[in-house]
Amino acid sequence: MRPLNRLQIAWRAAQDIADGMVVNLGMGMPVAVADYLRPEADVFIHSENGVIGAGPLAAPEHIDTDLVDAGSRRITLRPGAAIVDSSWSFAAIRGGHIDVAILGAFEVAANGDLANWDMRLPNKGPLVGGAMDLASCARAVWVIMDHVTRTGAPRLLEKCTLPLTAVRCVKRVYTDLAVVDITQAGMVVLEMLEGLSETDLRQRTGAALTFAPDCRSLTTPPIELLAGDRP
Amino acid sequence: MPMDKRAGTAAEALADVADGATVFISGFGGAGFPNVLIHALRDRSPKQLTLVVNSATHRYSVTHELIEAGLVRKVVCTAARGHSKEPSPFELQWMDGKIELECVPQGTFAERIRAGGAGIPAFYTPVGLGTELAQGKEVRRFGDREYILEQAIKGDLALVRADIADRYGNLTFRYAQMNFGPVMATAAARVVVEVRAVLEEPIPYERVQLPGLYVDRVVTVGA
Repeated sequence: MRPLNRLQIAWRAAQDIADGMVVNLGMGMPVAVADYLRPEADVFIHSENGVIGAGPLAAPEHIDTDLVDAGSRRITLRPGAAIVDSSWSFAAIRGGHIDVAILGAFEVAANGDLANWDMRLPNKGPLVGGAMDLASCARAVWVIMDHVTRTGAPRLLEKCTLPLTAVRCVKRVYTDLAVVDITQAGMVVLEMLEGLSETDLRQRTGAALTFAPDCRSLTTPPIELLAGDRP
Repeated sequence: MPMDKRAGTAAEALADVADGATVFISGFGGAGFPNVLIHALRDRSPKQLTLVVNSATHRYSVTHELIEAGLVRKVVCTAARGHSKEPSPFELQWMDGKIELECVPQGTFAERIRAGGAGIPAFYTPVGLGTELAQGKEVRRFGDREYILEQAIKGDLALVRADIADRYGNLTFRYAQMNFGPVMATAAARVVVEVRAVLEEPIPYERVQLPGLYVDRVVTVGA
């Protein structure tokens, strides 16, 4: 049993993005989702800074310092892209015009509460950015994250311990061990890593789990995580 | 007299900024920072400023120089976290209690400024409900959802970076340079814009991204 690496988690989430969707990808792990969209899917990537239709990162010879995404990455535009100002960009988010926001998280609760903005680090100022807007108002919120912390503590919990980003917002969680839906009845496992038992997964999870009747094996292609290329 | 909003220098355009002013600063994600104007404001040295800026710590902005110079009393922003192990100039003064911080979700930040420039004193939004950032705010139910009341932000001065201006103050922006510039320009009593170039000819109407009625002074600073 080998947990998925970060790029494999991103690959798995990318497979569920439907043709024609408008998608916002959070900083960190989620931006890697753009690299694994199904080739036939015609997707528009929205970035909070107003870019609607972000393309791949710019090659060094084509970098333009005014063409960036919300994470300050030098990007390109896809055909059909547009750029609007911040108030319009967030009106699109609040107004329900973003089909899916894929966000990183520290913790997700069984009722869909999300904590992803403040780890209460000492001597660090807060950084909320657009996290609360996306979590509250995207039509669907998916989370990609490691199933447990570096010290092995669960991140899927009955109740979040860290400050909340939004309440009852997460619909689905992709981890290195499983794909979990958040439903009215709590967390439902849709896919689980081969070689992991239901008991194993429950031990790594801080909330009650039910297993979908058609719970499948979580499989992804091998993707090497390059040193220094960790999203 | 024919209208002409071109100013000779950044210093000239900012000559009458008063102590205690509330100052908007545009820029996000590395684009649209009015760094020439920020330096001119630092040199002018008004005290007790309130900065309304997306990030107090962005590495491509020189906003931190206003903070380091001790000119800032309060920051209203969405991001206040430094990028290195050492605390940023903002974090140092914030931890010492020398600077007040109001941390705002980014869409609420943009909409509060938009409201300030559009004659709307306050509005309800679902963003932040049930979080620390909603503490003390009025909650009201509309339909099947609860919302919190957020107040508009207005300012004394906006510093904005754009690409091209004409003598009437009409502006165009390059790529993602626009971000908070247009809303900030609507909500400030005085709006000073730094641009790459000012055209002799008026910008064609269909290319104007911010009409000159929102702009007081433009300063050519080059690329």
